[in-house]
Amino acid sequence: MLSDGGNAQNEDNRKLFLLTFLPPTIWIVLFLLVPTVIIIVYSFSQKEGLINIQLTWVLDNYRRVADPLYLKIFMKSIYIAGITTFLCLVISFPVALSITKIQQNWRLTVLILLMLPFWINLLIRTYALIAVLRTRGVLNSGLEWFTNRLGIAFEPIPFLYNDAAIIIGLVYIHLPFMILPIYAGLEGFDETLKQAAEDLGSSTVQLYRYIVIPLIRPSVIAGCMLVFIPALGSYLTPELLGGTDGQLIANVIERQFKRANDWPFGAALSMVLIYLTCGAITAWLVILKRKKILAEKS
Amino acid sequence: MSIGKLITVVKFRLRNPWLNISLLATLLFFYTPIVVLIVFSFNDSRRNIVWKGFTFKYYKKLLSNEMLLEAFVNSLTIALITTILSLLLGVLTAVLLWRFKFPLKPLYQGIIMVPVIVPEICIGIAFLIFFNWIGWPSDLIWPVSLAKIIFAHSLFCFPFVAIVIRARLIGLNGECEEAARDLGAKGWHIFRDIWVPHLKPSFIAGGLLAFTLSLDDFVITFFTSGPETITLPVKIYSMIRFSVTPEINAASTILIIVTIFSVGTAILLQKESLKKASAK
Repeated sequence: MLSDGGNAQNEDNRKLFLLTFLPPTIWIVLFLLVPTVIIIVYSFSQKEGLINIQLTWVLDNYRRVADPLYLKIFMKSIYIAGITTFLCLVISFPVALSITKIQQNWRLTVLILLMLPFWINLLIRTYALIAVLRTRGVLNSGLEWFTNRLGIAFEPIPFLYNDAAIIIGLVYIHLPFMILPIYAGLEGFDETLKQAAEDLGSSTVQLYRYIVIPLIRPSVIAGCMLVFIPALGSYLTPELLGGTDGQLIANVIERQFKRANDWPFGAALSMVLIYLTCGAITAWLVILKRKKILAEKS
Repeated sequence: MSIGKLITVVKFRLRNPWLNISLLATLLFFYTPIVVLIVFSFNDSRRNIVWKGFTFKYYKKLLSNEMLLEAFVNSLTIALITTILSLLLGVLTAVLLWRFKFPLKPLYQGIIMVPVIVPEICIGIAFLIFFNWIGWPSDLIWPVSLAKIIFAHSLFCFPFVAIVIRARLIGLNGECEEAARDLGAKGWHIFRDIWVPHLKPSFIAGGLLAFTLSLDDFVITFFTSGPETITLPVKIYSMIRFSVTPEINAASTILIIVTIFSVGTAILLQKESLKKASAK
């Protein structure tokens, strides 16, 4: 009787496994793995005539990626994503710290207020920024009103359509991804450590340098990844806020598919972007693992 | 708040002004553009950024803009079907990862999360190439013509749903299930009578997240959809490329309200279920 019940349950379990395993797996294989394989195949193909694409296993497309023109765009994308990450980090630290000092009953409200913009459409937020930053926008009008009061002649400042605008836009969009992990790290911070350090006569600077920052380092790294990766592949922000030479990788990829109609080259560029993303994630995992090993050793 | 508490708060604020200034400045940075956008959707002036009086006329104009209405209906239909699909796939994935151990499970978990991590443009292009390669017809009748976009949206929505549901599954009481089994309940009954009531808040929260993510997506839709299908974000994008007008503000405001409403409901439900869990 008992073994019979066990068998029935095993049978149930096997059915449940297949039921839960197959649909998501089929979905992922069909809509993620197969398309990825097709992109890879395309990236080794050549365009023939206007629409035909011939698989010839050539490296030409990747060789073209190494062209100084495109290398420069890759470097620029990494540079802009890097500056965005750095700015987010510098802004997020005091913000996260001040959230931990807010009283518990207000804290959730503040956290929701910081999270909410993340849910509002990316396109709409970017458009909202345009309305603030454009030549006849809110910011310039405010400055004009202010300088007129002071009796100084005012020239509208061109905030939009340059690299600075791209960075402002990227910071605006990705800031919550940095604030929340750092806040989570600080939240778990043990107050007694702080007291111990103070009792031993450490200054505030020493407290942060030797205790707080090493402890929240994993959350800082997580926040950096959450900002850097999407910023690196961002399409909309540079498209709408950048100048004529403000193209980042994603915009160049888009051009290959829509205007230039060179799909194989676009596929090669996408693959390089995917490799860069995977490289960043691998580096992150390696750092995390090494930290863990170090922590276990000590 | 008592007066004593208030005094401590004020004292703290005075001692650490830079901390609070940074928080206030960030909130100001986040919300100024959004508030300006909403306010100027009611401004009775096309070009000026000066307030000329309150009006609903841009919202009325939206109602007579058939292209825009069509885009809105498309967006809502896509978001609804995506939500249902993502819930189905999400609940299966969550149960799979919660219940079973199988070879290469960490790799499997990693692959499921890939659509969330990889840049949107790469996903968009993958779908563009894929549908082109299999020769997906472009002259399908209305609801079927949205299928491409729905497939694409559910691919990046269901991992989020799986995360939300899995978090809730961890709190599931295993004893209930065992007791039900001893009393002769079979798979489906256990699912319906034990799992579903327990998971209900996470179904709603996960569903609302999928709905919002789908409604908001621009980049992936922009590449996946052919010229024959327009969603609201795609329509707003083409309007923005053209010029900055109060109609865009009005359309954006409507989308913001829908988003805030669904996210707000999701947060409230999560909070309530957390409260109930801690009360137990």
